[in-house]
Amino acid sequence: MGLINNINKAFDHRIRLGIMSILMVNEYAEFTTLKELLEATDGNLASHLKALEKAEYISVQKQFVGRKPNTKYIITDLGKLEFKKHIDALEKLIKRT
Amino acid sequence: MKDKDYLNDITEIKEMMNKSSRFISLSGLSGVLAGIYALIGAYLAYNAIEDYKSSLLINYNYITIKHLAYINLEIYLVTVALAVVLLATLTGIILTRIKAKKHNAKMWDATSRRLLINFLIPLVTGGFFSLVLIQRNFVSLTAATMLIFYGLACINASKFTFRDIKYLGLVQLILGLICTQFVGYGLYFWAFGFGVMHIVYGAIMYFKYDRTK
Repeated sequence: MGLINNINKAFDHRIRLGIMSILMVNEYAEFTTLKELLEATDGNLASHLKALEKAEYISVQKQFVGRKPNTKYIITDLGKLEFKKHIDALEKLIKRT
Repeated sequence: MKDKDYLNDITEIKEMMNKSSRFISLSGLSGVLAGIYALIGAYLAYNAIEDYKSSLLINYNYITIKHLAYINLEIYLVTVALAVVLLATLTGIILTRIKAKKHNAKMWDATSRRLLINFLIPLVTGGFFSLVLIQRNFVSLTAATMLIFYGLACINASKFTFRDIKYLGLVQLILGLICTQFVGYGLYFWAFGFGVMHIVYGAIMYFKYDRTK
């Protein structure tokens, strides 16, 4: 069934869904902002970010603000496209019942 | 499959999109109070202007007295206006801080910064433009100008907080445009826009968002 195919396994977790949602509506988000919004631990959040980065749905920008490292996450065009497909698929699945 | 999970997912997505891009700790009650301050200010201004008018009738011969009275009136009106703005801002900050604390949100973060900047750009422009109008002796248009620019500021800010603020902005904008055609009634339009409309809007916001939580 075509509908199920569009359900993207890469987004099949609350944290990943959250990361993508935040990055969809913001130019970028910092690690600390994501952490606060998603109420996740450092390690947990980092591993989900890594997975999304590997799939090339998000890109990472590492900078130094003064001496503090500062990491920015930005959604890629591919990420936007895939996430939109994912939302569409979810909505269709809900409407079907 | 599990439809309930999908519905949860969608809700979660929406919530995260809103939470991360919109500042939702704005207090409705502070809108009501700002409106009350504005009405009190407008009442004080109205009385001062009436006093000034009647003093003109008595002292119509004495140009220096007239001039002095005019300067006094100007100082008084500016003081009242500043007091209203200051009180409204202060109340807004305090009540917003309380509301942010209530649902564990920060008052000063990326969303509130963005909201403030986008609100202030049209507002400050309007403020300076109003001063220029006074400088060029177009005093009769200042009330309309304030309403119009405040309306634009609200509409601009609506992208970064509750969407409802857009309708407040539209009402102010329309009031301002109508006001341009009724020279001499600026204070009434001002009192209605900044006073009554703030109370109405603040009350709607309070019942819609604040009380349920």
